[in-house]
Amino acid sequence: MATQRATLVTVSEGESGKLTTLVERRSFLAILFSTIAAAFAAVCALPLARYIAYPLYAAGSRGHWVDIGPVSDFTSTSEPVRKLVNIEHVDGWQQTVSQQAVYVTRDANGSFLALSSVCPHLGCSVAWQSQSKTFVCPCHGGCFAPNGSRISGPPPRGMSALATRIGGGRLSIQPPSA
Amino acid sequence: MSKTEFQCNAQTERMGARRLYDWVDQRTGARSLLRHILDERIPGGARWAYVFGSGLVCALFIQAITGVALALYYVPAAGTAHETVAYLTKQVWSGSFIRGVHAYGSHFIVLLLFAHVIQTFFYGAFKNRREILWLSGVCLFLLMLGMAFTGYLLPWDQRSYFATMVGTNVIAEVPGAGPLLKRLLRGGEEMGTLTLSRFYTLHILVLPGLILSLIALHVCLFRRAGPAGTPEDDLMKPRRPSQPFYPRQLLMDAGFALALVLGLVGLAHFLPITLGPEANPASTDYIPRPEWYFLPMFQWLKYWQGPRAVIGIVIVPSLVLILFASVPFLDRRYERRARKRLLSVAGFVLPLAVLALLGALSYRDDRVDPRVRLQLEHQKDEEERYMKQPFAPALGATSLANTVPPSPEVAAGRKVFLAHQCNFCHGDNATGTAAAPRLVGIGEQLSTEQLMGLIRKPNARMTAGKMPAFVGSDDDLHAVVTYLLSLR
Repeated sequence: MATQRATLVTVSEGESGKLTTLVERRSFLAILFSTIAAAFAAVCALPLARYIAYPLYAAGSRGHWVDIGPVSDFTSTSEPVRKLVNIEHVDGWQQTVSQQAVYVTRDANGSFLALSSVCPHLGCSVAWQSQSKTFVCPCHGGCFAPNGSRISGPPPRGMSALATRIGGGRLSIQPPSA
Repeated sequence: MSKTEFQCNAQTERMGARRLYDWVDQRTGARSLLRHILDERIPGGARWAYVFGSGLVCALFIQAITGVALALYYVPAAGTAHETVAYLTKQVWSGSFIRGVHAYGSHFIVLLLFAHVIQTFFYGAFKNRREILWLSGVCLFLLMLGMAFTGYLLPWDQRSYFATMVGTNVIAEVPGAGPLLKRLLRGGEEMGTLTLSRFYTLHILVLPGLILSLIALHVCLFRRAGPAGTPEDDLMKPRRPSQPFYPRQLLMDAGFALALVLGLVGLAHFLPITLGPEANPASTDYIPRPEWYFLPMFQWLKYWQGPRAVIGIVIVPSLVLILFASVPFLDRRYERRARKRLLSVAGFVLPLAVLALLGALSYRDDRVDPRVRLQLEHQKDEEERYMKQPFAPALGATSLANTVPPSPEVAAGRKVFLAHQCNFCHGDNATGTAAAPRLVGIGEQLSTEQLMGLIRKPNARMTAGKMPAFVGSDDDLHAVVTYLLSLR
């Protein structure tokens, strides 16, 4: 309002004054418009941003224990045992199952060690090579020791170890969120 | 910071902005374009009556944004459409709000279309070499109704399914090519997955593309012809001076757009849009009703049955449409004042009045017939009940329940479940339909004995819902209960 009153005053100051008034009034209105529009866009953008970002916050499947078989299946100490696990998880609006391979072996203390087959480099599936007694990633040649630690190649770290649990003579693992 | 220093800084900043603007202007001509747009003169000055066109552009913009957002979660197939709409409405943050804005937006657009057409007609703004401008507007009008029709089916709930069933059946009445057109639109004889993908493609690709290009044409032609201004003034000796579009008209347009958005946001927030139970083609008592803007047509069709139907369904609507399109060719005099061209006004108002009357009659018919009224109320209750149920993720094709083979007992029970047509009302995977509740997880509420007893001898509530008593053998009964208990 103050600006408008000011413009009214300048109007009486003659031709050059009129010109400035017009310019001033234009920029005043432009600022008014853009402020209203920006405030408005912000109010409407908030629900939209929440809506788009929802999957980032939706509950993952971490925390589920998955039974992978009786302990007796994993007694071999020479070779890691490869197991396919069905991981049930909520994928958007539906319940689905994805399969993941895990390797079960024993660490130096003799306790179970479950390793994710997903290469920590770029996510290819790592395979066990029984001749060389190493895990080798087929994509970029990452090489891991039987306990999953990194030997060579581009991966930044060793293979991911998954939590294990024994109950009632059966081994369960906690898969990474699928 | 001293005052002069502050002023200097502000000035330098302004200079910076100005230089950037100059740089852009030299390469694009933005300044003269903006001036051309803002300084267009409106004969007779700015008016609230001129806000509907820009209001439509604003509403379409909102539809585009919310439509893109809805497409982020929507999957157009018979098995997934309803599930994904339920997911985004009930589960996703602000999903109900976004869907509400989109749905109410479609109503707003139809209202604005009518307002825009009526204003243009009464101001005689279609005159003086604006025939193609008017025709492009008529095409836009039809395309927008097409958007409303195709978008309506997408949630795939009872309401949208049956309304579209009726809507597509009407097309079959076109003599000759009708049945073929209907099959083409539906992607087959029946409504199903292919119908959804066709409607979806039309709704998000074909129609918006056409609408966008026609709007460009419409606006270009409008700019070429210039604003018609008020009909009361003499163009040669105007009593009221003309005004540039900026600032008054722009302020009015912006104010109207603001009110539009506020209205939409308020409605979507305070009167959330509902979603009914999933479409169940087997239900026989559902009474479909189209949206209010198709109600007059719906009522009109009631009067035309049998061999004469082609008159009501094809000939009369085509004549009305031709009349609507040829307004600038029929009313060709220089005179723009409505009170001086009464014949033209009558020819325009009469069809509008008939439409309004038909709509009112349809509304009254539904309230007068007690059977229809009760069923419509029942359908509304059902929608509200469905909205209150929490979202349950669907069992995907690869979920454990569907990939791990069932035990022989469960498989036998499922066979009985299908053989006795329990799936007709309870759904193929006992996930429930509009006709009967979901049975997944029923074992947590009822014991084996209770379940067997209720299936053999349904209680009063079940009988009221048309659940028949089970007539099979005890072994079959046991099998079906085993199947039901396996569902979790």
